[in-house]
Amino acid sequence: MSDVRKSLVLHGGLIALLLVLHFILPDYHHGNLARVMVLAVYAMGYNVLFGYTGLLSLGHAMFFAAGMYGMGLTIQHLGFSAEAALVAGVLAAFVLSTVVGFLALRTTGVAFMIVTLMFAQTGYLTILYFGEWTRGDEGFVIQKASRVIAGFDVSDPGNRYLAALVLFAVCMAVILKLVQAPFGRVLIAIRENEERARMLGYDVFRHKLAAIIISGTMSGAAGAFYGLLFGYAGASFASVQYSIFPLLWVLLGGAGTVTGPLVGALFMFYLIDITSGLTSAYMLFAGIALVLLTVFARQGMVGEIRRRLAPWLP
Amino acid sequence: MDFGPYLLLASLEGAVQSAVLALMAVGLSLVFGIMRVVNVAHGEFFMLGAVLAWWVTTFVGLHPAVGFLIALVVAPVCAGLIAAAADLTVLKRLKYDPESTIVATIGMLYIIQQVVLMTYGPDARPVEAPFSHRFYTPWFGYSTYKLFVIGMAVVLLLGIWALMAKTRIGLILRATQLDREMAQAFGIPVERVYALVFGLGAALAAMAAVLIVPIQQAHYLMGGDPLLLSFIVVIIGGLGSLTGTVVAAVLIGMSDGIISIFFTPTLAKILATLLVAFVLIFRPNGLFGKRSS
Repeated sequence: MSDVRKSLVLHGGLIALLLVLHFILPDYHHGNLARVMVLAVYAMGYNVLFGYTGLLSLGHAMFFAAGMYGMGLTIQHLGFSAEAALVAGVLAAFVLSTVVGFLALRTTGVAFMIVTLMFAQTGYLTILYFGEWTRGDEGFVIQKASRVIAGFDVSDPGNRYLAALVLFAVCMAVILKLVQAPFGRVLIAIRENEERARMLGYDVFRHKLAAIIISGTMSGAAGAFYGLLFGYAGASFASVQYSIFPLLWVLLGGAGTVTGPLVGALFMFYLIDITSGLTSAYMLFAGIALVLLTVFARQGMVGEIRRRLAPWLP
Repeated sequence: MDFGPYLLLASLEGAVQSAVLALMAVGLSLVFGIMRVVNVAHGEFFMLGAVLAWWVTTFVGLHPAVGFLIALVVAPVCAGLIAAAADLTVLKRLKYDPESTIVATIGMLYIIQQVVLMTYGPDARPVEAPFSHRFYTPWFGYSTYKLFVIGMAVVLLLGIWALMAKTRIGLILRATQLDREMAQAFGIPVERVYALVFGLGAALAAMAAVLIVPIQQAHYLMGGDPLLLSFIVVIIGGLGSLTGTVVAAVLIGMSDGIISIFFTPTLAKILATLLVAFVLIFRPNGLFGKRSS
């Protein structure tokens, strides 16, 4: 089998498996998996920038929150329909990532991380500052009546799962196409050796900017869907913690792999789900995971599989 | 109260904040300057200092001044040792790669914070000041302890300056900062120097916390804001420049007191974080940093 064929079978199989799980999973895990799929989209968006382009952002929560609030605020205050609100959310993330990209890409390395961190912090504080509309930390509930996409009521767990699955499948297809296209190859070239990519005549700035925009917009789409599917928008989704999570998921699953973000998000979700039953200090396990990962498994789970068994994994 | 005395009060408060901020930021700056490591867990070492001060003063149970003096020694030493151990077990294995160390120190941040949450709990607890004398200006009374904080910070900063400029250890530190490989070639045990620096940075943060904890309270989330402020200070001051750091700490500590007269705290923070982002974008070496690489 050719590599393209193999990857098609693997990723098609994954979607089919997720569809089968829809019919057999018990309620509790069914709900969790819907959540994980949307979060995995967030992580896949993050992965475009971190895993494939090699730019470590510490501020992706601002894109996630831009999507979530772009969707939530337009429903809440402008009376948008769900479809229009989702578009507004994605558009908000697109505009924000374009602006942030233009500014932040003037820096590299450590400065890039701090600049993105600072912008995200500004975003978080801005949400708190306009508490009159955003309801700050408390957040606001998105009314059941407005949570209908194209006639499907997504407050129903079954529809919600399928909506999450469609979003996940579409985003995975986009990423898969992207990283196998020449554009994605250039991103990887930039990650491996920026100078050489520039010497070969590629416009490094434009490629990086495009990567930030794709990454930010996809993260924003995840935020918009997360808010709509689960009916809530709150400032905590814009906090530093939500910038750290996708980094953690991607590192855990495998940076620069298509399925890694899902694996990482799933693993971390259940780790926290189980440990938060034991102690309120569940972030301790996130911390330990981060340290262990950086020391022992830089490649993450899927990354290790690729290194040892299946070098064809995209 | 008239505007003049009001401004004086704001400046005094600003000076106390500058003093603590300078200590903490110098710790961050030392670590970044010599090791090229951005220590995101720095705020947690600050928090650790405050919490340890509470443990020590409660455990000793003697006169507050005695407990405080013991805490002033014990808390920084403990925080320093924990940091040095973290350096030797984690950062050393990462070969001080800038990006990996950021991720690892984020991990440390959560580990320290959550372990404190599990042991010390979610409450904010006060530590009694070693003395409760007040002095009086014609307009208001003011805690003498706060002046003591400023004095201690000045002494400690002079101490750091003397350490860096006048001693053999300082010479070794500066040599390592200039050229790690060359220093190693001259027989300087670079790894031990790094552990020392990481410990020293954490100890400075803990020291700042012990000084401030009689004014604030010890809480497991107290490290966040000082961390952000120290980042701002270190960046404005020029990454790795100690003099710049101190100047920037005074500048920011003082203006923070004065800005918060005119703006709400949230808006002040928004402006401050945006300012840092733009300084980094347009002056990547900071306002006082040298223009190089």
